[in-house]
Amino acid sequence: MTTRIVELRRGILKKNDELAAGLRRRFGDAGVLVLNLVSSPGTGKTAFLEITLRELRARGAKVAALVGDLETDNDARRLAASGAPVRQINTHGICHLDAEMIGKHLAGWDGVTSGDDASLAGLEYLFIENVGNLVCPSSYDLGEKIRVALLSVTEGEDKPLKYPTLFNSADAAVITKMDIAEPCGFDRELALRNINEIRPGIRIFETSAKTGVGMQEWLEYLAEARA
Amino acid sequence: MHELSIVASIVDAVTETAAAYPGARVKEVRLRVGALASVVEDSLQFCWEITVEGTPLEGSKLVVNTLPVVAHCETCGKDGELESLQSFRCPHCGEPVNDLRQGRELEIESIEIDEVEEAV
Repeated sequence: MTTRIVELRRGILKKNDELAAGLRRRFGDAGVLVLNLVSSPGTGKTAFLEITLRELRARGAKVAALVGDLETDNDARRLAASGAPVRQINTHGICHLDAEMIGKHLAGWDGVTSGDDASLAGLEYLFIENVGNLVCPSSYDLGEKIRVALLSVTEGEDKPLKYPTLFNSADAAVITKMDIAEPCGFDRELALRNINEIRPGIRIFETSAKTGVGMQEWLEYLAEARA
Repeated sequence: MHELSIVASIVDAVTETAAAYPGARVKEVRLRVGALASVVEDSLQFCWEITVEGTPLEGSKLVVNTLPVVAHCETCGKDGELESLQSFRCPHCGEPVNDLRQGRELEIESIEIDEVEEAV
C-alpha cells in the first residue's frame, strides 16, 4: 500500500462557472444587458422590477425577465402584467438560481427556435429575479453583467454587515420602500455607510416602487450600463 | 445552506479523479475555502458523512483550509489580509479596498489516496 497525494486544484463550482461564462458571451454577442437581482424574501424585488419593466417599456425598450422562486408562478404573473415577456423558474426547494437553470429557460425565448442566439436578438435588458435569499445566490454566477443587492428600509441598516459575502459581490445596491423610511425609523446615513463599508464606492439607489422616487436615476444608470 | 449540493459536486469530482487509480482508497480530501465563499465548515462536515456513505469515498476525511480575504490597496499599493468582513479597508493605511486577491476560493486542492500494489 502506498500513499499518494493527487493535486486537483479544481473549482467546486467549475461547471456553473463555465456555463455562466458561456451565457455571458452569449448575452454580450446578443447585446443584452443582464442583471441579477438578489435580496432577502420580502424586500420588494418584484415590486421594484414591476415598475422597472413598466418604465423601460414606456420608453420603448425591449425588456424581459426571468423570476426564480421555490414554488408558484405568482411573481411571473405580476411581472407579465407589464407586457414584457416573463418566465418563472421554480427551483422546488433549491435556495438559489444557477447558470444551468438560466440556460434552460432561455431556450425558445420569444417563440424563436431554441438554443441559438436568435432567441435573444433584439432584447435590450434581461432581468433575473433570484430566489429570496442573501446567502447562497452569492456563490452562483448567472452570467450577469450587473449584480444588484436590494435592501428595504424595514430590514435594518446593518444587513450589509450581516451578509458581507453578497453585498461585497454586488455591482449596485438598491434601497427599497423609501416611502416608509420615516415611520420605520430608518437611519439612512447609517445604511449608506454600512453598504460602503462592505462595498466601497458602490452605486446606491434609494427607491420606492410606490411613489416612483429614485427610479429616474436607476433608469439612467441602466441606460448608461447598456451603452 | 447549499452545502449539500457543494458536497455532492466534490464527491463527483473526487470519484472521477480516483477512478484513475483502480482499487485505491480515498483517505483525505482537502479543500481551499475563502472567507467570502458563503460556505460553513461545520455544515460541510455534516453533509460529508451522509454523502460519502456507500461511495468510494466512504470513511474519508474532509479537511477544510480556510483562507482569509486578501485585498490589494490602490492607495498604498500593498496587499493585506482584512481584519474582519465588517469593513473592507486596507489593514495598512485604512483606505477602502475593492480589489480582492483572495477570499472567494471554493476549490478541491488535493486528495490523499492509498494505492493498492499491483498484483503480479
